[in-house]
Amino acid sequence: MSSGKILGAILVVGAFAGGMYFGSSQQSPTITSSSGGASYSGGYDKSTDTSVKNANKSAVAARTAEGVTHVINPGDLIMDAVKAANPGDTIQIMPGTYHETVYIDKDDIRIVGVIDQGKRATLDGQGTLNDAILYSGNNVVVENLLITKYKGNAIMGQAGNNFEIRNNIIVDTGVYGIFPQLGKNGIVEHNIISGIEDAAIYVGMSDNIHVAHNEVFDSVAGIEIENSRHAIVENNYVHNNTGGILAFITPGLPIKTTFDVIIRHNFIVNNNTANFGAPGSTVAGIPAGTGILIMAADEVIVEGNIISGNKTAGIIITDHQNAPNTTIDPESDPAPDKVMILDNVMDNNGYDTIDEAKALMLTEFKQGNPDIVRVGVSRDSCIINRHRYVTVGVKNWQECSFTNTANVDSYILDEPVPAREIDPSERGKVVYMGICAGCHTYTGRMIGPPVQIIQALYMDNPQGLADWIAKPTKKRDDYPEMPPQDYLDEATRLAVAKYLLSVNK
Amino acid sequence: MNVSLQVMGKKTDFILKSDCPPSFEKSADGTCRLVNLYQFYNSVQGRGVGGTQTALPKHRDGFTPAEIDLGRYLFFDPLLSKDGSLSCASCHQPDKGFSDQRDRSIGVTGEKVVRSAPTLWNVAFLDKFFWDARATTLEEQAIGPLFDPKEMGNNPTKLLQDVNANKLYRELFKRVFPQSNMITLTQITRVLTAFQSSLISLNSRYDRYAHGAHYVLTDREIAGMNVFRSFVARCAECHQPPLFTNNQVAVIGTPEPEGMPFDVGAEKTFNAKKLRGGFKVPTLRNITKTAPYMHSGGFDNLFDSVEFYTKGRGHAVPKNESLQLHWHIWEPNLTKEEIQLIVEFLGTLTDESLTPTIPAFVPSGLPVIDQEYQLSITKHNNNSSATGNGE
Repeated sequence: MSSGKILGAILVVGAFAGGMYFGSSQQSPTITSSSGGASYSGGYDKSTDTSVKNANKSAVAARTAEGVTHVINPGDLIMDAVKAANPGDTIQIMPGTYHETVYIDKDDIRIVGVIDQGKRATLDGQGTLNDAILYSGNNVVVENLLITKYKGNAIMGQAGNNFEIRNNIIVDTGVYGIFPQLGKNGIVEHNIISGIEDAAIYVGMSDNIHVAHNEVFDSVAGIEIENSRHAIVENNYVHNNTGGILAFITPGLPIKTTFDVIIRHNFIVNNNTANFGAPGSTVAGIPAGTGILIMAADEVIVEGNIISGNKTAGIIITDHQNAPNTTIDPESDPAPDKVMILDNVMDNNGYDTIDEAKALMLTEFKQGNPDIVRVGVSRDSCIINRHRYVTVGVKNWQECSFTNTANVDSYILDEPVPAREIDPSERGKVVYMGICAGCHTYTGRMIGPPVQIIQALYMDNPQGLADWIAKPTKKRDDYPEMPPQDYLDEATRLAVAKYLLSVNK
Repeated sequence: MNVSLQVMGKKTDFILKSDCPPSFEKSADGTCRLVNLYQFYNSVQGRGVGGTQTALPKHRDGFTPAEIDLGRYLFFDPLLSKDGSLSCASCHQPDKGFSDQRDRSIGVTGEKVVRSAPTLWNVAFLDKFFWDARATTLEEQAIGPLFDPKEMGNNPTKLLQDVNANKLYRELFKRVFPQSNMITLTQITRVLTAFQSSLISLNSRYDRYAHGAHYVLTDREIAGMNVFRSFVARCAECHQPPLFTNNQVAVIGTPEPEGMPFDVGAEKTFNAKKLRGGFKVPTLRNITKTAPYMHSGGFDNLFDSVEFYTKGRGHAVPKNESLQLHWHIWEPNLTKEEIQLIVEFLGTLTDESLTPTIPAFVPSGLPVIDQEYQLSITKHNNNSSATGNGE
């Protein structure tokens, strides 16, 4: 997609709660020291998460034993190695250019580009392939790649937990650069991403995410935290996008909330690139020159960022009603509540702002270039040292009761999300009910022969049945051949064999 | 437990099952609990959407074998309609993916209603019913077609009179609800819910892939899956595994058949302009069985249905309509080959292994799935009048 039409500025003038501000006060401003004082204790209570024990800032499970390392050279298919790989394996990709979509539907696979004298393993979609890396497994690592010219995303996760995506360079890949979706416990760090039509880094419908030390530029959105909870976005260099860092609730998605997001210590500079988002996309409504945009997300802390040179505003906070490019969702709260703005360095923002922001300023008899623009409903939000900034819409906000987030190091779980434990004694039953029962009943003819007949054949030989399940042979002319069940591990096959031989109806 | 009926001079027994359907385990309290491999997985916020190994959302189960089986008799019994001419199964036929292979269903009046009959596979996992999402439970949903004048055309008084006048039903209900002397509407919707909650389809070849048997899909099917879940095609953003729906309403701007007025869909349900033309995202499981497709059956095959999405955002929206199309609808520019691959992948979502048995006789003695009636109304197939309120 090329330059899309901007459908409309994201702001429309809405009415503020409360009365007019006449600016007659000559009281000295409240100056709160950000070096002392209380620290935010975090909106995520690790003590309630059962999988937390010791601090250890990695997302994937530590390997107790390394699997096989598959080395891929130019001319090889990375996918061949992924197909051959077992959980625990590492795939090293030597420098060179590869044209393929790599999908990883298994757990604990690491894709590691080998960087040799600055030369990287390059995945080139040549403008025809859709996505470069697609993963759905848990404990997947993708690092050190150069990815370019894919139509869709560079790296897309679908419900993989415990992921680490780092040290990749992603240039001109269409829709999203890095897009982990529906995962819990992930790190996106030390990536350089540019030229993306939507968000360079898009964390969607996920929990416990750490986005740090990335450089994102020349994209429509830099970093987007959407319908996600317990996310930290820190130490990123976010420049020359249309909008820098976004914390959104996008309506209409199956996961309905965004809360507990810390945006801190980022450089958010000169995000004035003309919006080239696809028509109809949520980001297509972002006015160029937006540093941070908070839409409907709750418990968002903005702390210690350098926000400068963003021509519309440093920070825009809006509800859904005032964002005409969004749909509605009866199940999503449209208001950005508990937004917390701590000390930030804000300079030279709002110097060429949009008419809607100017109109809002007029409602407060304000002049100048806005650093912070808030429109619509926002409950229980707070700000410290507001006198530093040119603001509109925050005069009724409380002082925050804390000044920093130093107590919150990370929202990454101390131990990875575990594979769900199923009582081994239940294993046979679950497989029998979930799979075997689709074709076999106890007495009647279904797709396969009745269980009674199988029992008569194998009654004292569960191991024999387990072996047959793995490599079935055709036995009966009047029944279809059974598909092999060798994807079930040996213990599970034996468990289901024993269970099947024990059922009595 | 059995009750008998004389059918064409022969005694027919009605036996309510005491065992749970396949894939259901009978728990200590005598109710049936669904068991499947997706239990091994988790899902963000417990919402049951995601990738290959993602847990399912909350679901309805916990009915007794007798409730499920009584629901089966009722489901297939035309006694439930105004004139005994059609049953639930008339529009939700087991061999047609629990749909009816019509663009829009035909009710008691012989006219087409406004929308197509959705599949009932895996409805146990849903919390929105009807194309316009106007019901939140299966019990609430059941009332819709039963009493819609253009669908089954009945009313509560006549329905309860008819079932209570049937000695066999009174006996069967008495066995399921021993505390009650009369059959109530609540009991009827409960057993219909019980039966429909047993229609589980989670054992397709795709599912075997998801559980780790990667060899069961062909290279082309896997290629199709990768187009399906790519962020270019974006199919999997709304048709999310494992149910291949995200249980949301989406405005996508599909065309109505010629001559039909524009259907406002969920705008009416939620009184929300921004949801004008919005419909529930349907499951794609057993999708090969349920042509034609979309809320009013605008496409008669899967290729055309998929191609709709690649023809460009809003291309079929009437000139005088302004819709807030879902942001996932764009212009993916898929090739014909990619569309074909997606169609082939959709074929891997077929699993009808747990299709329930169609009863040979129902307590009313009326023909199940009323084939005569179905034949008699085929002449109305070209009738495009659309006046019913449901689907």
